[in-house]
Amino acid sequence: MSYVRDVGALARKDLLLELRARDTLPAMLLFVAAVFVVFHFALPGTPSRLETTGLLWVAILFTALLGLGRAFVPEREQRTLDGLVLAPCDRSAIWLAKSLATLAFLAAAEVVALPLYALFFHSVAGATVLAVVLADLGICGVGTFLGAMAVATRARDLLLPLLFLPLAVPIVVGAVGASVVASPGRYLGFLGLYDLLFAVVCWASFEYVVAE
Amino acid sequence: MLTARRLGKRYGEKRVLRRIDLVLPRGGFLVVTGPNGAGKTTLLRICAGLAQPTEGTIEREATRAQVGYLGHDPLVYRELTALENLELYGRLYRLPERRERVGMVLERFGLWEARHERVASYSRGMTQRLALCRVLLHDPELLVLDEPYSALDEAGAELLDAQLAELRGERTFLLATHDPARVEPLASAALALAS
Repeated sequence: MSYVRDVGALARKDLLLELRARDTLPAMLLFVAAVFVVFHFALPGTPSRLETTGLLWVAILFTALLGLGRAFVPEREQRTLDGLVLAPCDRSAIWLAKSLATLAFLAAAEVVALPLYALFFHSVAGATVLAVVLADLGICGVGTFLGAMAVATRARDLLLPLLFLPLAVPIVVGAVGASVVASPGRYLGFLGLYDLLFAVVCWASFEYVVAE
Repeated sequence: MLTARRLGKRYGEKRVLRRIDLVLPRGGFLVVTGPNGAGKTTLLRICAGLAQPTEGTIEREATRAQVGYLGHDPLVYRELTALENLELYGRLYRLPERRERVGMVLERFGLWEARHERVASYSRGMTQRLALCRVLLHDPELLVLDEPYSALDEAGAELLDAQLAELRGERTFLLATHDPARVEPLASAALALAS
């Protein structure tokens, strides 16, 4: 129970920081809207559902990357990670809280992105929405973990995409698959399994990422 | 409370600490001095549990919850208010009477009136006072203080003097300073690091 309270306190802090600074969410919203607008005019004729589904997932992935890149910025700029690491709470609570906060920002961006996609391209099926939910969990869990690793290095802005994008390939495979096939159960199951596997790995090993 | 044997620390090829032996009994007050680059901050970070030595061993009787660490950075969020910062730490340290404790430390360091202001609007001295509030919030057994007088005006320094004097003997102190004369009356031992 105290673990949940720690996660809640840390996630609340991250949401409050974003509410005050407004650094992350506006950038994510602008980016995803700009991608759809640009591709709406750039793609010739009427693109097929198959083509635009790929575009949707690329837009979601890079929008998430924007948020993930900023996840540990307050801790890096104000060097507050030491304070969190010294606190007697389980250190994985820091990862989980950051993941939840990033998930909230990504979900907010998608609330705008999915209707925009439907407006410019094709309607969004229920399976796609389910795939978005499952993909978001994996993206935020793995991305936050890698963001914490990258933030300790000088080449952090370069390192995060380099580490994250290869690990996000299975998410894209599962998500695109779930969005285009008639029976998406297998792909949704694959996404769920990915989320579960990486959640356990990140939860168990985050301690070693933040401790010297 | 704290025992270090042949403690050493390297960052790559650079040796920062070499063969430090240290015994700090419960209730002791050890003052660490030395020129810039002598390794004071590294030693204190190791003693607080924020860094690991590359040579030697360190034994600490205090758990993480019983350590209060003040470093060069205040470890507070600039976009949050003083109250929000201390509430956050109070929750993470699971203080039973969090609100009362937060109010008490803010009053003690003269920040009660400014508790709803964001830390970004604080002066350096006020931020250092808030950092001291954060360190003392959970009433730690072991206080590791790196240049605690830095940025404090005379009034702030006197508040800290009074706080250290009050806790002297009841708590264990490891304090690094460039002004050892200020804490000399409180010190039970001194460690001078050479560059």
